[in-house]
This record gives sequence, C-alpha cells and structure tokens, in this order.
Amino acid sequence: MAVTKVCGIETEYGIHHVGGEGNPVASSSLLVNAYVADLARAGWDFEDETPGNDARGFAREGAMPPEVETHLVNAVLTNGARYYVDHAHPEFSTPECADALEAVRYDKAGEEVLRRSMAAVARILPPGQSIVVYKNNSDGKGNSYGTHENYLMDRAVPFSRIAHLVTPHFVTRQVFTGAGKVGTETAGSSGRDVAFQLSQRAEFFEEEIGLETTLKRPIVNTRDEPHADPQRYRRLHVIVGDANLAEVATFLKLGTTGLVLSLIEDDAFGPLDLTLANPVKAIRQVSFDPTLQSTLELADGRRATALSIQWELYGLSRKYAEDRGLACLGDEAVGAEVLRLWEEVLTGLETDPSSVAGKVDWAAKLQLLEGYRDRHGLDWEDHRLAAVDLQYHDLRPERSLFARMTTDRLVDPEEVRSAVTDPPRRTRAYFRGECLRRWGGSVASANWDSLVFDLGSDPLRRVPMMDPLRGTADHVEQLLGESGSPSELLARLSG
Amino acid sequence: MAERELKRRPATTPREERAPEEAEAPAAGQGEKLKAELDDLLDEIDEVLEENAEEFVRNYVQKGGE
Repeated sequence: MAVTKVCGIETEYGIHHVGGEGNPVASSSLLVNAYVADLARAGWDFEDETPGNDARGFAREGAMPPEVETHLVNAVLTNGARYYVDHAHPEFSTPECADALEAVRYDKAGEEVLRRSMAAVARILPPGQSIVVYKNNSDGKGNSYGTHENYLMDRAVPFSRIAHLVTPHFVTRQVFTGAGKVGTETAGSSGRDVAFQLSQRAEFFEEEIGLETTLKRPIVNTRDEPHADPQRYRRLHVIVGDANLAEVATFLKLGTTGLVLSLIEDDAFGPLDLTLANPVKAIRQVSFDPTLQSTLELADGRRATALSIQWELYGLSRKYAEDRGLACLGDEAVGAEVLRLWEEVLTGLETDPSSVAGKVDWAAKLQLLEGYRDRHGLDWEDHRLAAVDLQYHDLRPERSLFARMTTDRLVDPEEVRSAVTDPPRRTRAYFRGECLRRWGGSVASANWDSLVFDLGSDPLRRVPMMDPLRGTADHVEQLLGESGSPSELLARLSG
Repeated sequence: MAERELKRRPATTPREERAPEEAEAPAAGQGEKLKAELDDLLDEIDEVLEENAEEFVRNYVQKGGE
C-alpha cells in the first residue's frame, strides 16, 4: 500500500536590497531576523542533518557535500515551519502537510511570512532603503534558486524504480506547473530563439539523476535524508519544480506528483511505458514550446506531446482511484479534487491555454505579456517585458502583478492567516508547533524529527518524532492540554 | 515506426461526455468582459511597473541557491 503522501514545499525567495551594500547574505539575515526577533520560536538543531547521503546507496566521492550553514539565523515557527537563511536567500519550509490542499495553505502562509518580514525590516532600515522579495526561481542572468518539494514514500520501493517511472512526469508536468519566463538563459541561445518559455527552472537541468542541487542539477535528486524512520520511510526530495503563485498550480504540482508516486509504490503502471529517449533534452523542449505541440521522443521510438503523456498519467491515476480510492493523498475529497482539476487544466491547455490563466502561472503571465506587448508594440526583447516578468513575482501587494489578476482561490485568506501561526493538525508538525507555542522558552532546539527541551536541569531532553504521521492533534492534543508544564509532558511521554 | 504517436487519451478511462448545455460556448459578452478586465489590468501595469525597466531588470542579480 502506498503510504500517505505527507508533503511540503521549501521556497528560496529572490531578494533585492534597495540602497543596500550588495551582500545578499546580510540582507537575507536582516529580513528573517526582523520577523523572528519577537516571536516564540526555537533554534534549529543540526544533529541529524546528512544532506550528503545518496539514495542510490553510495557515498560521495570528490564532490563537496551541500553546505550546512549553522551560523546564520535559523528558526522554527509555531506553525511548525522552518524559516532561515540558506546561502544568499531567505527560505521558508512549510511544515509537513497531510494533503496537497493543506500544503497550498502553508505555501501561501509562507508568502505572508515574507510580506510581514518586509514590513518588519522596513521599520529598522535606514531611510531610502528597503528589502524586496520575489517568489521566482531565476534572475534572468543564469542564476537559479530553488523551490523544492518533499514527499513521504515507502522505503521498500527501490529508488531506481522511482527515478525511472517518475521522470516522464517531472519532464511534462511543467505544462501546468511552469511559472513562465521571458527569454532563455541557456548559453548560446537568445530571446530571438526562445521569446517565452513555460518554466523558470527547466533549462537549468543538466543530468537525469544525481545528488547535486546547485551545479549540474539532476531531474531526479537522490538526496537520502528521510527525517523519519529510515527503515520504513524515504523522503523524495524534488528539485525540478518552479515556485508557483497560482494556487491551482501549487495544488496540482503536489497532488499529481503524490498520485504518480502512489502509482509507483503500488505497482499500478501496468504495461504502460512512457520512458523518454532523452529526458534532459525533453525538459527543455517542453519548456521552450508554449504551443504545446512539439513531440518528445520515447525510448521505444514513439513520439508523444507533453500533454499526451500527462493524459496517460491522468488516465492511470483515475483508474487507480476507481480501484483503490485516494486515501494515499491524505484525504479522499482532496484526491478527487486533484483529479477533477487535473482533467480540467489539461483540457483547457489543449484547447486554449489562456482559458486556464486563472490556474496556471505561465498562462497568466503570457496573457499579461501579450496584452502589454500589443498595447505598446514591443519587441520580445524589450526590457519592459522582462520587468513585467519579474514584477509578476513581486510579493509587495502594491507592486505584485500576480495579485492584480483574477485567479482561482482554493484556500480562504483567513485560513492562510491562521496558518502563519498554527500548525497542521494531521502530522507531527502539530506536536512541534504546539510545544513551541505553549513552552517556547523551554524548547532548546528543534528539527524535523525531534524536539529538544531544556527544563533548567541537566541533561537536555530530546523527544524523537520519527513518524511524520504521529504527534498529530488526534494523538497529542489531549496530552498537551493535560500537561501543565513541559516537565509534566515529558513525564507523561516517558511514563 | 518512429513517428507512431501515443494515443491522445487512455482508452481505459474515457472522459465523461458533457451534457450539451455545459459544452456550449461561453455566454455572449463574456469575451468582452474578459477583454475589458485585461485592459484594466494593462492600465494598472502602466501605473505600477518600475519606471526604469532596463535598470530595474539589470539590478536584479541573485546568487544561485539550493
């Protein structure tokens, strides 16, 4: 049986310090610190960080492990999220979410945290300075920063099988997950070759599979860091996605990927073989073709459009849902909505992409760009179009072009506001967030799979949380309510 | 056989036929409404787009992340 697809999103935001000294690490630290300075929160515990482990089972040779920067601000929030400075960007990692809809809510809560951070830092910056945050993945000059997804999987499924079967989805899902981009950053190409493409990120991928995230990025990332019981679970770390502003795009990114991974776990592909002849070439080919007409070469010699591959995956998923239900997506109703919107978006894309502009970022952005181009008679290489592209992702309400568009909402703004402070109720994030909210002063540090309490007497007490599906409100709400202090909680936990 | 195409949709899962009234074109006037909305939006872009687009775009430089 497929395990429940507990999921989450990590977003590195673009940052521009107007009037600053050009040190993005310092600017990111200012921004994050301005927000967390007054909050109940705990420091991050690096005890179990092993980002250099490879899911294919071998150790790294001759390559540097991804850097873990322990000296920069790094906080856990009462909603169970992690908010920190990663390299030269502010990064928000949602808490573990029980389904794709919940993940949309926490992804949007992350945007709200960044907006509040901009307001907080504005109060302490010298006159004339401001820090502006963009939810995108590229500066248009060859530098990319990531939006990563994580999915809980069954450790029993061989990694090579996951990588093989999920690759066609990762190459083609950009028809609805792409955030759109003016021009190209591929060496030797120019805006004359590619005026507009589907994805911010696709052209930065150079390998089919590997551990890297910053150089020679692979379509399937092999980082093996489960943040859970490694005997039972795997955390599939997905680096191939774009940051989405459209709620439906985020919802489908997580929902369809969760479904395809469940098909893999339950061996439900049958005889269908969608293996691509050259995934790295294909991922660019899909991104560079907003007409969605070009065909990709399959390993067996057939050709297929990205949309037809998506229809195949949709068909398999629908059959899977009929046979086994959609408990694997954390909630049957959410699963049904994933299937409904998946079909609706694919249908819209094959008839008229502008019909899904309220659901798909690249279609929304392209509509804006074409309208603006027509109005002012602009060439595709005009700077104003690049500015429209960039400003689509600006998180400032008064500047954001996305915020000015009418797009489909899946989550209530009030629910987003409560997700800024309250944890999800159906994963271990509940225990993490609630302990912080109640007894923040006694939580010495936290990470995904443990909490460390400082009760004022030696030694520090570590509470492991090795199962993402335990520590939920159902499990611990009563226990927390009945514990008058952290010592009492720990006594009850060990008693 | 290199040009054999994948079939458009899986035969195992035919999509439900839509009732005729649902399949009709958008109501008359909806096209104009969408166009008017887009026009308003383009007016707003003229107002809020960073004034010196070239400098704005040039100054947006990020370090690679992840």
